[in-house]
Amino acid sequence: MSTAQSAREQAPELDAPRDGGSAPPSRTGRRILGLLVLVALMAALAILSVAVGSRAMDLGQVWEGLTDAGSESYPVVTELRLPRTVLGLAAGAALGLAGALMQAMTRNPLADPGLLGVNTGAAAAVVTASFFIGSFGFAQTIVFAFIGAAAASVAVYLIAGAAGATPARLALAGAAVTAAGYAYVSAVQLMDAATLDQMRFWSVGSLVNAHVAPMLPVVLLIGIAAVGGVLLARPLNALALGDATATGLGVDPRVLRVAGIVAITVLAGTATAVCGPIVFVGLVVPHVVRAFTGPDQNWVLPYSMLSGAVFLIAADVLGRVIARPAEVQVGIVCAVAGGPFFLYLVSRRKVARL
Amino acid sequence: MTAGPLVAGPLEVRDATIGYGRVAISEGLSVNIPEGEFTVILGPNACGKSTLLKALARMLKPSAGSVLLDGKDIHSQPTRAVARRLGLLPQSPIAPDGITVADLVARGRYPHQGILKQWSAEDERVVAEAMAATDISELASRGVDELSGGQRQRVWIAMVLAQQTPLLLLDEPTTFLDITHQIEVLDLCAKLHHEGRTLVAVLHDLNQAARYATHLIAMRAGEVVAEGAPADIVTAETVKQVFDLPCRIIDDPESGTPLVIPSARARDLV
Repeated sequence: MSTAQSAREQAPELDAPRDGGSAPPSRTGRRILGLLVLVALMAALAILSVAVGSRAMDLGQVWEGLTDAGSESYPVVTELRLPRTVLGLAAGAALGLAGALMQAMTRNPLADPGLLGVNTGAAAAVVTASFFIGSFGFAQTIVFAFIGAAAASVAVYLIAGAAGATPARLALAGAAVTAAGYAYVSAVQLMDAATLDQMRFWSVGSLVNAHVAPMLPVVLLIGIAAVGGVLLARPLNALALGDATATGLGVDPRVLRVAGIVAITVLAGTATAVCGPIVFVGLVVPHVVRAFTGPDQNWVLPYSMLSGAVFLIAADVLGRVIARPAEVQVGIVCAVAGGPFFLYLVSRRKVARL
Repeated sequence: MTAGPLVAGPLEVRDATIGYGRVAISEGLSVNIPEGEFTVILGPNACGKSTLLKALARMLKPSAGSVLLDGKDIHSQPTRAVARRLGLLPQSPIAPDGITVADLVARGRYPHQGILKQWSAEDERVVAEAMAATDISELASRGVDELSGGQRQRVWIAMVLAQQTPLLLLDEPTTFLDITHQIEVLDLCAKLHHEGRTLVAVLHDLNQAARYATHLIAMRAGEVVAEGAPADIVTAETVKQVFDLPCRIIDDPESGTPLVIPSARARDLV
């Protein structure tokens, strides 16, 4: 209410350019169309992701690789590129959705799953395990990383005051845990060169090792958490009006936050465990999405999920193409492509005040 | 709005200790919200009036005693079921960036929806009625952030109306509004009361309270000092007792309700 005055002053200049004057049904139509476009884009990128690599294939070879066990491309497709594509899509969807949930839950446009300590928790667990056990395989890395991610978000939740957690306290507790976690990870890496090596590829975010990941559990975990997360859309719409209004509408903010944190932890924790900390997907994707869909979580959440998948798989394909025959890790591509885009978006949105 | 049975169940606070954390604002507080009345809670700053409203709205849980809705502890009832009986307009609700008026009002339908029960024609009708009742129908596709403070407050009231509750709680609905919009919002409240709803509001302005309320609860230091019809309890004595303000009471020439005229003490002192 305190901004009523300024809003009134700005009202005249805002009247003209808004497209919000069009009838609501056309907006819904546009949003459904957008979903279809995203699905088509995702399918096209998935095919591209299977076709592109150190040995490029045409569509015929991709088809053979998928269907004919005797073909030359079959082992490459089924053992390397298909798992990589599936996990890339799953991780991207998970990160996009987790970012949208995090921003809705904290009512903070700068929140991303990393703010729940997921990334640092995972990294801290991996360096700790590596320090004590020595070198281990990628499958174990995933397990350690997931445990660390979960432990960190529980710690953030408890430090923020558990049932008394408010968006501001969650953000502060998350920032504190993240800072402490990074200090710890750097310290261990400085003490022990072997852990630094172990961490090197994982910590920039990469899908190179995806084919070693336990595909079924990963996809299943993300799938279940995604369904749960999308079902939070309506109560999150109520929470967007403030904790007090949400209570009045019959939403218990404390219960909703716990449900949100569980969904985010499973989504982002799994994705981070598989491909390392990839930050820009969870931060940027929901922003782009909201600029198109508006603030209704019933649209924001599914859109963020699909867009996250599209963004991550596109970045991975790009990373395999630009430095051939070498690869640029997907985390780096995301940051390089996502950073400037995010800046552009922020400056543009400021003008449009969407 | 004609939808829904507008019968308020009794809402009462019984022997409750209410506060924030370990700080108790009210101890052993008992208040009954009379059915079908427009109740206004009054009192100086920090007297516990907003705290009482928050307890009635189940935002605060009493550390002792209870808040009863329909004779049952409000915290033992499913919060969505309570939300179909009791609507709340808090002091500073947040409008998400870029939301339209119609979308915001539609969010009031939350307690009537379920995972399987999607947006229905009934929801559509109730939202349209709520916007008509608050005179904002023509703003439906406008962005909430483009509106004036008065328009925005009517949008929020429409959202609470879309909840279709026989009981409405309003926490300082006129604060931050200029005088014209204050009267506009209070007239709207009076209309909703006439249609059969039970209203409870926290107000700052004594004279507005005396004019619009049918039942007053005057508080001081966490306790109820006086309770009853404005004509009975708005006296120079009560005002002195509650606000420490010497005054005269005259009849409001417009409405005939008590009008508080503060004594000219302050000027005498200069």
